Amino acid sequence: MSNNGHLAPRPGFVLDVDRSSPPIVFHHGEGFRLEKLPADRTRVIYPAEPLEGLADPDGAIRHALLNPLGDSEPLPALLHPDMKLTIAFDDISLPLPPMRRPDIRQRVIEAVLDLAAEAGVDDVHLIAALAIHRRMTEDELRHAVGDRVYDAFAPSGRLYNHDAEDPDGMVVLGQTPHGEDVQFSKRAAESDLVVYVNINLVAMDGGHKSTATGLSGYTSLRHHHNVHTMLNSRSFMDQENSALHASNWRMGKVLRDADVKIFQIETTVNNNTFGREGPMSMLQKREWEWSPKDRVGFLAMQQGLKLMPAKARRKAFSSWLAPYELTSVQAGEVEAVHEVTTANVYKQQLVPVEGQTDVLTMGLPYICPYNVNSIMNPILVMCLGLGYFFNLYRGKPLVREGGVLIMGHPTPWEFHPVHHPSYIDFFEQVLTDTTDPAEIEKKWEKQFAEDEWYIHLYRTSYAYHGAHPFYMWYWGAHALQHLGRVIVVGGDVAAVRRMGFQPASTLQDALEMATDVVGPQPTITHVKNPPIFMADVS
Amino acid sequence: MKALQFRRNVPRFAAARLAGSLTPGGGAAVGPLRLTDLEPPTAPGPDWVRVRPRLSGICGSDLATIDGRSARYFEPLVSFPFVPGHEVVGDLDDGTRVVLEPVLGCVSRNLAPTCDPCAAGHLGNCEHTTFGDLEPGIQTGSCHDTGGGWATAFSAHPSQLHPVDDTFSDESAVMVEPTACAVHAALVAGVTDGAVVTVLGAGTLGLLTIAALRTFANPRTIVATARYPSQRRLAAELGADLVVEPDGIRRAVRRATGSRAISLDRDNGAVDRLSGGTDVVIDCVGSSASITDALAITRPRGRIVLVGMPASVTLELTPLWHREIELVGAYTYGTETLPDGSTARTFDLATGLVQAADLGRLVSATYPLHRYREALEHAAAAGRRGAVKVAFDLRDEKEREALMEMST
Repeated sequence: MSNNGHLAPRPGFVLDVDRSSPPIVFHHGEGFRLEKLPADRTRVIYPAEPLEGLADPDGAIRHALLNPLGDSEPLPALLHPDMKLTIAFDDISLPLPPMRRPDIRQRVIEAVLDLAAEAGVDDVHLIAALAIHRRMTEDELRHAVGDRVYDAFAPSGRLYNHDAEDPDGMVVLGQTPHGEDVQFSKRAAESDLVVYVNINLVAMDGGHKSTATGLSGYTSLRHHHNVHTMLNSRSFMDQENSALHASNWRMGKVLRDADVKIFQIETTVNNNTFGREGPMSMLQKREWEWSPKDRVGFLAMQQGLKLMPAKARRKAFSSWLAPYELTSVQAGEVEAVHEVTTANVYKQQLVPVEGQTDVLTMGLPYICPYNVNSIMNPILVMCLGLGYFFNLYRGKPLVREGGVLIMGHPTPWEFHPVHHPSYIDFFEQVLTDTTDPAEIEKKWEKQFAEDEWYIHLYRTSYAYHGAHPFYMWYWGAHALQHLGRVIVVGGDVAAVRRMGFQPASTLQDALEMATDVVGPQPTITHVKNPPIFMADVS
Repeated sequence: MKALQFRRNVPRFAAARLAGSLTPGGGAAVGPLRLTDLEPPTAPGPDWVRVRPRLSGICGSDLATIDGRSARYFEPLVSFPFVPGHEVVGDLDDGTRVVLEPVLGCVSRNLAPTCDPCAAGHLGNCEHTTFGDLEPGIQTGSCHDTGGGWATAFSAHPSQLHPVDDTFSDESAVMVEPTACAVHAALVAGVTDGAVVTVLGAGTLGLLTIAALRTFANPRTIVATARYPSQRRLAAELGADLVVEPDGIRRAVRRATGSRAISLDRDNGAVDRLSGGTDVVIDCVGSSASITDALAITRPRGRIVLVGMPASVTLELTPLWHREIELVGAYTYGTETLPDGSTARTFDLATGLVQAADLGRLVSATYPLHRYREALEHAAAAGRRGAVKVAFDLRDEKEREALMEMST
């Protein structure tokens, strides 16, 4: 028995709100809001319940390595004593929240290293494929790869963070037919084999993006992390209609043509974000199914959070480790692997939804890919809402063109000075000039990307690259173009206005304000996310 | 005649200091400034003429005096009681409309030979402001004998007067004197072609300095600080490339100059000071905080120009020493040497700039003399209230007409 007493996990569900529907829990940063949604014109989309995890993850991993997909030999056949082997793995941005130990990367890397040891491979490097994200700390690396791997490789300099600004460590391998430069880690390019270890949390992840993005730098990224790509993806989460995906696939072909041999290992997890039991478990249950214990637990959590100072609240949330379980692992040739991976992601995440809505509401949680152990600053709030959540659709956006997006988050005017120095300047200097992504890209991106201090902090401290806040803003470009208005509930008023959005104190106020754009009695759709799901909108 | 007169009165001075610290401009209500009836001014010398002000501006230095914030440095350089007001457009008795160049140098003091600075045309540097036929006073507006612009009449030496073209509005004309200060500051800064210049403060002087830099120098980038939205808009309109709030200046200059930041905690992302920095800072605030900012953002061997009157400040001067930064003052005007080597009177340059940049629009509000408390409070809160220059409007004062009739 696994899911609230049900024998099998139930699929995603669309609730039509009526007068008897209970208030709905909205994530609200490091807190929650209970919101009563208007009856008879509101629907709430719930994710599917967590799929069953694999009973023997280590066995499944070994099986995948020995039984590759596509045009690939089993991993042992690719390993030989004098070879140069590079194992690259996803960075701190995956999964969200970070998962309980052992992290899937640890399991996979240990399995790969066992095979490498059996084959007598000595020259092994492990690289956190972070592209222009911040470097991972020792603790974070230990969490991802495990202490045994860390202690065996890090002290001798064979486990490290990718450095996309190392002039001696990067190489341009060619151009795509579209004129896109393919810049790549020199160590990976010179290796006889690159093994990539992925955790696929959303449909955008994985495939050629793992290496073509994760082991590249600004020279490559600028070709697909841009406004044009975002405006030409419907959505960037849907591989069939994503210009971002297409660009990465073109770059993948250049890598292949440059004789970069990649053995791709992709994994999927279920959406057991908050646990089937425990203090947060009610967050992945449907409100009308809450037990008295869930209700009391939620109220106690709410009260406790209210009494906590902001820093303690942030620490409490940051310490949450998701009990994700491995639902699939596949290895071999990149594209063959990714096709299966995507199907497995969809199996957990796709929820069929009929038609669009006038107003889309969402409660944004405390975490996004770029604030793990950090602060969710206003730019990241924008990116999470208008970038990630808005784009978690296949077919059509959940909200109609010209509709309104209402998102709830405290949106504090606060930045992590070590992790996000360029974000501070972006917020203070760029957004005071314009909020138009295309204008921002044209006028400001290059100077931030080439700023020596940001590069210095990216390489030597724990800072996101100078170009990164731009990409966060571009991530929302499709939504900004599509929507008639964006309203932020419960956010810092000045921060919300700085981004060109409208602040509202309550959801009721926001819904009232939305009628100026979409007319009276609009239809409303609420996405109950996380746990993450993807709407399949017909 | 009607005049606002500033008397020596220590208890009232202390009260003004207290009131001014609570509410900027609050010193007007309790301090030594009084609206009073005075005898019309008598000419201090044979050549002197009477000026009947039309508009008379309120300057930051006036506000410092009213609120008891002026440095004791000035005590021997003024003569009590005096009538403030040195930004003046007014009428002579023959109907000529003039702008006042208020500095009281050797010529107006009937001193011959003149001191070296006056001989060189640098009136603001006159060495004899406490000597000669006049009581002490560095300018009209601080000298008992001359009177000042916050009255229906005062006395002026012909060398102080500049006739105003008919095409000039009174609002434009009253901006000539502060613009001359800004032109002087921009030229003292010695901005080389392609330099990055930072202007701290976007009050009247800051805004005018930006305009002057755009006209009389050729900087690559002007970065400016502005606390209020209207100041931000005007700073950009007048030529600043990047306008930020004061708290953001270190980050903004770092980016504009491509410098790296130095954090007190190594590489923690804070911008405590810069590795390089701006070539020139023109500080139009003059506070401990602004000069500290200036020292943090000026490149080695760069220059800081103090235009805002600093009074007493507390500073860490190690960066000045270590980075060999020049700290220079810019006070008033006189004769300027332009980048092409030619020379010109600052007032002439300022007059041209006022016209070219339509600086009369910076006069945001005018008040009759009897509403002086409101006027001074408005001027002291100009930025917050969306204003730039606040001035007294004496054009409709009855006493002004009476003086005219007496003279005819």
